Amino acid sequence: MTPFTTVTGPGAALPRDNVDTDQLIPARFMKRSRTEGYGDQLLHDLRFDPEGRPRPDFPLNRLPAPPALLVAGANFGCGSSREAAVYALWDHGIRTVVASGFADIFRNNAARNGLLTVALPEAERATLCAWLEAHPGAETHVDLEAQRIEAERLAPIAFDIDPQVKRRLLLGLDELSETLEEEESIARFEAAYLAATPWALPRTTAR
Amino acid sequence: MTHAPRTLVQKIWDAHRIVTRNGADLLFVDRHLLHEGSHHAFDKIAAAGRPVRHPELTFGVADHYAPSAPERATEATVTMIERLSRNTARHAIESFDIGDTRRGIVHVAMPEQGLTLPGTIIVCGDSHTATHGAFGAFAFGIGASEVAHVLATQGLWQKQPPMMRITVEGALPAGTTAKDLALHIIGTIGTGGATGHAVEYAGAAIRALSMEARMTLCNMTIEMGARSGIVPPDEVTFAWLDGRPMAPAGAERARALEAWAALRSDPGATYAREVGIDAAHVAPMVTWGTSPEHVAPVTGRVPDTQPEALDYMGLTAGAPVDGIEIQRAFIGSCTNGRYSDLLAAAAVLKGRQVAVPLLVSPGSEAVARRAEETGLAGIFRAAGAEWGASGCSLCVSMNGDRVAPGERCASTSNRNFRGRQGPGARTHLMSPAMVAAAAVTGRVTDVRALPRADLSALEETAA
Repeated sequence: MTPFTTVTGPGAALPRDNVDTDQLIPARFMKRSRTEGYGDQLLHDLRFDPEGRPRPDFPLNRLPAPPALLVAGANFGCGSSREAAVYALWDHGIRTVVASGFADIFRNNAARNGLLTVALPEAERATLCAWLEAHPGAETHVDLEAQRIEAERLAPIAFDIDPQVKRRLLLGLDELSETLEEEESIARFEAAYLAATPWALPRTTAR
Repeated sequence: MTHAPRTLVQKIWDAHRIVTRNGADLLFVDRHLLHEGSHHAFDKIAAAGRPVRHPELTFGVADHYAPSAPERATEATVTMIERLSRNTARHAIESFDIGDTRRGIVHVAMPEQGLTLPGTIIVCGDSHTATHGAFGAFAFGIGASEVAHVLATQGLWQKQPPMMRITVEGALPAGTTAKDLALHIIGTIGTGGATGHAVEYAGAAIRALSMEARMTLCNMTIEMGARSGIVPPDEVTFAWLDGRPMAPAGAERARALEAWAALRSDPGATYAREVGIDAAHVAPMVTWGTSPEHVAPVTGRVPDTQPEALDYMGLTAGAPVDGIEIQRAFIGSCTNGRYSDLLAAAAVLKGRQVAVPLLVSPGSEAVARRAEETGLAGIFRAAGAEWGASGCSLCVSMNGDRVAPGERCASTSNRNFRGRQGPGARTHLMSPAMVAAAAVTGRVTDVRALPRADLSALEETAA
C-alpha cells in the first residue's frame, strides 16, 4: 500500500449527500481487473451523458486537472461493499475524501487502499465545501501526521482519525503481513474453538 | 462468571476473539461466502503467494452475474462465472456453480443449505450479508481486501461497533410485511441512522416474524447504514434449521441447541442507541426517490424536500404515491426472493393479468423447484409474468437484466439508487404483494384494496 504522509493538489466539491457506491462505480463496469484501472469510470453516469459526453454542469467536469481531494456531504459511500468504489477514486487521483460521515464498509475499504477519509463536523465541512465550490480546483494540502487540512486562505482544519488507521496509512502497512505474525495465536485459537464447538463446522455428509 | 452484562453480539464477539492488538480484535470467521465479485481477492492472495487457510469453511456461489434467461447471457456474465469456478476449484473451495441444484443468491442459498447457524460469524464480500443475522449470527459485508485477508487467515481485524437496539412492539397490520417494516424504520431513522452500529432487533413484532421475514428485515438493515442486524434465535430459528443438509444433526444438533439457547442479550446490557417502533403504524411503503430513506406510505404524497431526486425520478412534489404509473415490475433479490415472498405476490396475481412486463427471479433453484411443485410458478406464468432463473437479476443489473432509461420499475429489491437497475432507470421499492398489485394495475396501488386469493394450501411443504 502506498504510504500517505502529505498530499498537495487541487480540491473539488461534490455537494451531495448519499453519494452511493453505484454512483462511484456503476455495477456494469466491475468486471475489470485491478491493473486495468477504474479512474475513467469514477462517477461515470453523473459525469457523462448517455452518449458519453461530459456533462458541463457536473462539478468534476469543471476542473482544470483531476482533484486530489474531494469534499461531499453526508453518508458518503453508502450501498454495496464493492471495493472498486475506492479503486475508482484512487485511480482518478483522489487521495482524500472529506464528508460529514462515511458508510462503514466504504471507510474500511478506503483505509486498506491508502485512501484517507476525513469526517468533519458539519460547519467545517460546509466551509471547505463552499470554498471549493467557489474556487474549483483550488490548491489543498493534507498533512496526515499533523491531522490538518489547508486550503489557500481558509483557516487550517484539524481532523480526528483512528490511531491505527493513521499508523497504517502513514507507513503504507499491509494488514495481511501483520496478521501472519499472529500465526501461533490463530492456530491455538482454532484448535480450542473447533474442539469446543464441533457443531459450528459444516456437516460434510451432504457432499 | 464475572462478565458485565453483554449484548448478543458482544457474546459472539468474545467467543471468536483470537487476539487483541493495537485496540483491534482479530476475530475468527466461521463461514466465508464468495461470489463472482471475489476475483479481486483471489488476485490479491495470488500476489501475496498465500493459500486459502480453510477451504472447508469457505463456500462460493454464482449469483451476481447469473443470467435470468440464457439469451441474456453476455461475454461478461460467462467470463465472471468461469472466473469464480476457476478460482474456487484451484483452492478446493466448494462452489455452487450454474447447474448446481443448490445454487441461488448467496443470502438465500447458504441459509437453505444450513450453512448459516446461530452464534457464528459470517462474512461475505457483499453488503447484504447482514441477512444472516436473522439466525442469530453476527454477519456483515466486507470489501475485497478483507475477503483476501479472510481467505488467507480465516480472521478479520475489527473494532467492536457500538450497539443499537430497535424494539418493535405491537403487531404488523394486515397487508404489511417485514419489507414495509424495514422501509418504515429507514424512513424514520434515515439511511445514516444506524451507521457503523450492530443493530439488534427486539420486541413482540420481531418475535412474531417468520424466519424468511427476519431475513428480509436483517437484509435491509444495511440500508440504515448498520454494519449488521441480528435477531436472537428462538424456536422459530431452530425449527427452520432442522434437517438442513449442512446444519448439525443428531448428537451435534443436541449440543448445538444447548449452545444456541444461551444466545441472548443479558438483562442490563447497554446500547449506544435505542429506537422504539410501533408496528401498528406500519403501512405498505413505497420509495419515491433515489435513496431508501426517500420513502412514504402508499397513502402518502411525494414531498418537496429532494428536488434533484424528483427530477431524476420524473415526479412532481405533492403527487399522491398511489397511482404513480409504472412500466415494469420485478420480484426477486436477496431481500424478497424467497418462497413466502413469491406466495404473497401470487395471491395478488392469481386470476389476474399483468399490465406491464413482470420478471420473477426466484431467490434460489430450490425456491424455483418448490414453486414448480406447488403450482406457484404456474400462477405467475398464467398471469403473464416471465419466470426466470435464480440470481441477483434486476436488483444489480450486471447480468443482462436491465430497466430501460426513464422506465419506472416497481421492485422488491433493496436499493433505489440512481441507475441501480440500469442507466436512467427509476426504481420504486416495495413489498412483493405491492409489486404484484402494481404489475396488474400498471401503477402503484394499495394492495390492501385488492381482493387476494387464499393460497394457504400452498404454504406448508418445506423446501
